Amino acid sequence: MIPQVSQFPTGQGDILGWILQVAWLILIVATFIYGQRIQLTLMLREVEGGLFRLKFMRDEGRKTAISTLKELGGSETDLTARVDRFLEYVAIEPVNLDPSGVIWRLEHLLDVRDIRFKDEVKLMVPGVGETQRNNVELMLEAALDLNIIYKVIRHFYMLGKKTKSLYIIMQIQMLLPLIMREAEAFANALQAFTQGQPIGDGAGALVAAKLMHGHKTRKVAKDVVVAKVPIEGRTAYVLKAEGPGGNVGKPGEAIKQIIEKNKAKITTAIIVDAAQKLEGEKPGEVAEGVGVAIGGPEVEKYKVEETIVKYKIPVDVVLIKEDIGDAYSTMRKEVFDAADAVIDRIKRLILERTKKGDSIIIAGIGNTIGVGQ
Amino acid sequence: MSEKGPTESRFSSILFIIIIVALGLSIAAFLFAANAFGGQDAIQGSYFMLIGIMGLTLLTYMLIQTRRRTLRLPIQTQRVATTILCQKCDFKSIRSFQRGDYIFKEAEECPKCNEKMIIASIYREVEEEKGKKELS
Repeated sequence: MIPQVSQFPTGQGDILGWILQVAWLILIVATFIYGQRIQLTLMLREVEGGLFRLKFMRDEGRKTAISTLKELGGSETDLTARVDRFLEYVAIEPVNLDPSGVIWRLEHLLDVRDIRFKDEVKLMVPGVGETQRNNVELMLEAALDLNIIYKVIRHFYMLGKKTKSLYIIMQIQMLLPLIMREAEAFANALQAFTQGQPIGDGAGALVAAKLMHGHKTRKVAKDVVVAKVPIEGRTAYVLKAEGPGGNVGKPGEAIKQIIEKNKAKITTAIIVDAAQKLEGEKPGEVAEGVGVAIGGPEVEKYKVEETIVKYKIPVDVVLIKEDIGDAYSTMRKEVFDAADAVIDRIKRLILERTKKGDSIIIAGIGNTIGVGQ
Repeated sequence: MSEKGPTESRFSSILFIIIIVALGLSIAAFLFAANAFGGQDAIQGSYFMLIGIMGLTLLTYMLIQTRRRTLRLPIQTQRVATTILCQKCDFKSIRSFQRGDYIFKEAEECPKCNEKMIIASIYREVEEEKGKKELS
């Protein structure tokens, strides 16, 4: 059997064998000469596939936004043009060559952006309440993010194609799986934002809501509410973004104001937030540590760090693990169930680290969409 | 938003050429195999048959890959459940999420004790893929 195998298909004098040998030779030479070009073509094809899916998601986002706004009574005439204009909105970061005061400049720009977005939504759907308006704003922001992702990837795809640069295409091809995950998360977020469902990112806000439910709340900073809650003989200032509309508020500003109003009476601060899990970890796993867990552009994180350093207040953090897809889509059962485990941990931390009669801060960070108080 | 993007056709020219070549080779191989079997050369016939099958397998794989990409495109609609709870008698009912629901919203009266119930939870259940091994 073995000699017969070795003879096939290049048997001596066999025309078919000669043809195959020449074909092999051509194939080897072509691989040497055009190897990189073939690799580039294959990579471009992969990026093109991803780009096609991104375009689909971007278009779905736009369509969902327009149909939801129409459902909510947006005027038919200029709605599409307004949404298209919104999807192209840009915010330019402040200069950081001279870092002094960059946080306050960034905060100002974010505030202006937020006001512009809110005004734009008011013009699109003038008749709806604040809760619905906040949800619409979030939905439009998700559509905007999908548009930006699509355009950036398309830019590199076209640039790579134009310049035939393997390195431009290679970079985008290698990052594509992570970018796709993020884009899919935003695409799935559309349903939650349109319907006003709680999202995974609101796990911290949910914990705070569970603690403050039934207690009197008051506004403490922009879009943040606080309630004085007695826990294990201590007074806890429990705060979260004001729900149930989509909101993250300014928790850093709220913590700063509470600490400054109570001077040095606050003995500890506990921050609860959702955190991105590592692969292999289960969604809804709880971890604790120290530090300020406030995501986003870090303005709020900076305010808290500055204040706790000034008053030498220890800060503990309790994190609920989930992946990026879960953070932006409707809250998973595992994440919802983790809220009770977090409350148990908070109680344990309070008993271990504080004395009876102490005042503490418990801040539930995250987007409070679909979570009241 | 009118702009140039990648063409929406998922059947690219390269893929089309590869499929045509694979199909041509497979047909040729099957013809050679038939000839070889006719000429009583069973071994050569088997080899050509093998090449033909390999060509067809490659072709099927490429078609499946193209179809899988198309199937993955739609955004999934998630099923979301709302749990309504009576804080007095612990009566619990679960229904599908309705627009306007939010956690801690006052809901209808409890059918058992006529007390106002609240929405206690809103979540989606995710079915994990079966047979997926995870390192712990």
